[in-house]
Amino acid sequence: MLNDWLFIGVFLVLAPVFPLLALVIPRIIAPRKPSPLKNQTYECGIETVGESWVQFRIQYYIFALVFLVFDVELVFLFPWAIAFEQLPIFAVLEGVLFVLILIVGLVYAWRKGALEWV
Amino acid sequence: MGDPVTAISQWLESLFLGWGLAPGWVAIIQAFIGVVAIATFVLLVDILLVWVERKVVARFQDRLGPNRLGPFGLIQPLADVIKLLIKEDITPIGADRIVYNLAPIMALATVLLLWAVVPLAPTIVGTDLNVGVLYIVAIGALGTLGIIMAGWASNNKYALLGAFRTVAQMVSYEVPMVIAIMVPVILAGSMGINTIVFSQSPVWYVVTAPMAALIVLISAIAELGRAPFDLAEAESEIVAGFHIEYTGMKFGLFYAGELLHALTMGGIIASLFLGGWRGPGAETYPILGVFYFFLKSFFLYWVIMWVKYSLPRIRIDHMLNFNWKFLTPLSLVVLLVTAVLHKLLVGLPDWQYVIGMLLANVILFWGTLYVLRRYARTERVQVAEPMPVAVPPAAPMSSSQS
Repeated sequence: MLNDWLFIGVFLVLAPVFPLLALVIPRIIAPRKPSPLKNQTYECGIETVGESWVQFRIQYYIFALVFLVFDVELVFLFPWAIAFEQLPIFAVLEGVLFVLILIVGLVYAWRKGALEWV
Repeated sequence: MGDPVTAISQWLESLFLGWGLAPGWVAIIQAFIGVVAIATFVLLVDILLVWVERKVVARFQDRLGPNRLGPFGLIQPLADVIKLLIKEDITPIGADRIVYNLAPIMALATVLLLWAVVPLAPTIVGTDLNVGVLYIVAIGALGTLGIIMAGWASNNKYALLGAFRTVAQMVSYEVPMVIAIMVPVILAGSMGINTIVFSQSPVWYVVTAPMAALIVLISAIAELGRAPFDLAEAESEIVAGFHIEYTGMKFGLFYAGELLHALTMGGIIASLFLGGWRGPGAETYPILGVFYFFLKSFFLYWVIMWVKYSLPRIRIDHMLNFNWKFLTPLSLVVLLVTAVLHKLLVGLPDWQYVIGMLLANVILFWGTLYVLRRYARTERVQVAEPMPVAVPPAAPMSSSQS
């Protein structure tokens, strides 16, 4: 059990090393001749107007909220799914009730117009 | 026993213990060697994937594809790698340098991390975590973070738009994917990927839960950002999206990460629904299991490519509508039906259980098609007869010209 997480830990440390190696090699062998013209950001042939870190109107802000609700509730469902074999039919129906409440929430969000791209 | 990997692992363990190392250090060194072996192997497969991708695309588009370097052009990806390595690396003015350089590393490293829990054979698996499914969902979401970082740090408006679209996509398609992945968890009673593969013993889960498999496949394609859901890098609208400012090997890492992610998703779906390493003789000769696993993974990879090169890109509001108003309710219904039916049928003999589950899925499928057909009909009527806005003036007679 602990060995499992040791493996994941070692992997977490080593996984960035491989792409890092692929970035270090070009540092050594690739040419480096930066110039102001070359380093400009791409914008279809014209110069960029203003900076790009501007405030956007994020149109799917409500979607993100609905996603948050769903994801948190789904994590609650996973223990139910794992213990499924041992559960009596009553507990299964309780899980079904939980999912039904989730569906009611989705229908509510839908009727409220939260799922429209505005 | 026909399993060289376990044999080598045990030999190494006894060797290091014989040198007088503490067992804790031996475990760390073993994990180190295992990780390096898996990552190197996966990256080698990744180089092969470049060739597979180009060759299969060519066949879909009635071309030959790379065929000059080596037999069937097999050395072409090596030449590509060398070209990418010696290309100049350009960082745009005003980019956030740390995040900009971290993003491609993130994009490939997270995909590599997924292979820690994917079982290649009954005994050849990085580690059989008991929360493997949650691990895959969590790390898969991290991969999207690399794309968001790239879009934000590039100091380019197109890249930023691509990143925003990616967020919308990830936020949406994660939900049906998690719901549908819960179906094999219910059937197997475990979240460990290898345990799920072991429990697909009379039939694969694609037979008892085909609808869930379909939903996972669709949302996996969306999560990969492949066509028809490749809005994050739509060439005709936002040029190349998040990786527009990346050159040389940094772009190469994104490319490699994307290809490898597709194969990894194929492997995960193969493990969850197509029986992973299962096949004749895989229990006794684990090395055969690796062959079966990659056979199934590459089949799913091919299906993903088939979809990619057959369907046009869909609009972003259509994509979100498709997810929230169709896929999410459908996956919830599939979860409910599978859960209740599994509980009711689990005591029956195998063939009755399988037929019952299959029948329920077929009925669900037809019901879904029926609803879709009715919806499409009403949509077509709306498009064919739009609301009259104003009465157009009478057209002049065309015969008066002659």
